[in-house]
Amino acid sequence: MPDFLRSNRRETIAVAVLVLLLALYLGTHPRGASTYVLTIWGNQCLILALAAAAQFFAVIVRGIDLSVGAIMALCNSLASHVLGGTGIDLFFGCLLVVGAGLLAGVVNGLFIVFGRIQPIVVTLATASVLVGLALILRPTPGGAIDYDLADAMTLDLGGVPSSLILGALVVVAFWLPLRRTGLGMGLYAVGSSEQAAFQSGINVRLIRIAAFGLAGVFAALAGLYFSFVTTTGDAGIAPNFTLNSIAAVVLGGVALRGGVGSLIGAMAGAFILKTIGALMFFSGLPPLAQPFVEGLILAGAISIGGADVLRVRNRLEVFGR
Amino acid sequence: MTSLRLSKPDTDTLVPFIGAVALILCGSLVYPQFLTLTYLGQQLQISAFLGVIAMGATIVILLGHIDLSVPWVVGGAAIMSTALVGSGDALLGAIAIPAALLFGALIGVINGFGVAIMRIPSMVWTLAVNSMLLGVAVLNTGGFNPKGEASATMVWMASGHLLGLPVAFVLWMALTAGLTLFLGRSGFGRYLAAIGYNEKATFLSGVGTPRVIFTAFALAGACSALGGVLLAGYANQAYQSMGDPYLLPTIAAVVIGGTSILGGRGGLAGTIGGALFITLLTSILSVMQISNAWRSIIFGLIILGVLLFQNLRRKAAS
Repeated sequence: MPDFLRSNRRETIAVAVLVLLLALYLGTHPRGASTYVLTIWGNQCLILALAAAAQFFAVIVRGIDLSVGAIMALCNSLASHVLGGTGIDLFFGCLLVVGAGLLAGVVNGLFIVFGRIQPIVVTLATASVLVGLALILRPTPGGAIDYDLADAMTLDLGGVPSSLILGALVVVAFWLPLRRTGLGMGLYAVGSSEQAAFQSGINVRLIRIAAFGLAGVFAALAGLYFSFVTTTGDAGIAPNFTLNSIAAVVLGGVALRGGVGSLIGAMAGAFILKTIGALMFFSGLPPLAQPFVEGLILAGAISIGGADVLRVRNRLEVFGR
Repeated sequence: MTSLRLSKPDTDTLVPFIGAVALILCGSLVYPQFLTLTYLGQQLQISAFLGVIAMGATIVILLGHIDLSVPWVVGGAAIMSTALVGSGDALLGAIAIPAALLFGALIGVINGFGVAIMRIPSMVWTLAVNSMLLGVAVLNTGGFNPKGEASATMVWMASGHLLGLPVAFVLWMALTAGLTLFLGRSGFGRYLAAIGYNEKATFLSGVGTPRVIFTAFALAGACSALGGVLLAGYANQAYQSMGDPYLLPTIAAVVIGGTSILGGRGGLAGTIGGALFITLLTSILSVMQISNAWRSIIFGLIILGVLLFQNLRRKAAS
């Protein structure tokens, strides 16, 4: 057990902080620990957690995806058109939305790999295109999502919030198996050292495109879940989610230089970020001071989580890239 | 090591200028008024706001870092300068501009501290600084539009004319020329690109790398603050989140200007072209009266196109 904790130190710290914050939140919430409170909290957290998962796949291969929010906006707008009708319609509607995210992600990957442009710049430009497409689909917020489907996804199942079940499903049914496949290993290999990965015969190009494709899929899932929670389409949600997804992965112990961290950490980081925001609401601070304190806590958490200076033994290690 | 190419303009630097001219010429086929002095003068003036901010961003990007605190340094400087002028006190009004610039430089030092001393990735640290600045601004103004007004000097700097040219443009050119000279002639300029290229090697050759990083971020902060002062002078007021629309175009302007986002290669001259190109593109797309949606799509596609062209040309050249 101690070995397990030591090798997953970053995730352990993130999860411990999350548990502490959640206890504090439930303690200060006027209605206490009820399914209702947990459901509302879980819904908000899962949206950002899926966005953070998207960002994680870009960051793990030493990239960054500034189009996470834009893909979410596009998928949210798309969902508000196609998620109506009978069961089979809904199924294909969801498939279409996720497919759109996958396509956007793969296009990002193709530009990065074959256009040889840095990820930050590619996704900056594609984000502009994707937000434009979202605006064509939904010039003003509106549209509708099938209520039964939305309820099933955002309420609770036998007292356990659906959002938490879905989040656990992503980790257990997707991430843990993926981690053991060639693709899962390849993501870390390419992120740690592209050259070493190339020389051990890994198809670096394919891995990188796949990573951005996965980022697109998770951004689409985040957009889809946002649709379930809000039951409308809104093309203007992009900027907030992009920046928060970056903050979330860093909080969760994922290193921006690539190759370090896990999906669990990234999702825990998102939960932490949202819980801090929720805590502010019941903290009794004057409302006007809340954004500042929130920023302060964010900066503090990032400094502790992201500062390499705290764990170097040799002064030259801080330059390690 | 690829050094700063400051004296010889290379193709990388020329591409955005050629692109800007092409934009005007193509646009003028449909809208003849593009070739009037009024329109062109106006574009130079508006480019200066983006250009001044992008000038600072270039320095940080040359270093291999990025400054995401631009929006609220711009907004904060604007709020601060208009509030000082609006206080009615002559002395406070007189120090409005220096105080705003000092504010920008101070935020730059805070950015530099996180990056150089704490070794936090600049992308995250400057983002956190930005959200703290937002918090301070909300706390200060109560979430309403801040009171205050621009001084006559600020209005003149943003909208005045000098020898037929917009003052903002002249100021931008003078500052770029001064900074280019400074970067070309001082150790600082060489260390900047050297750190962007390989920080460890630069440190091992005995350069005080933290000092260079601090200076670069402080310069960038002051440039963003100047952008905020100009924008406040242009609008004759400050408003919440006035800096937000400048973050991404700034990065686009720097990259289109041929500066590598990884640091170590590029220069200020290209950024002038980048800022002109982005401003003209935005302006032409809004003159064409197409919807926001298509404007956003075309903007993204053209930026991608220019970058692809630059990269493929570079690959063919080498």
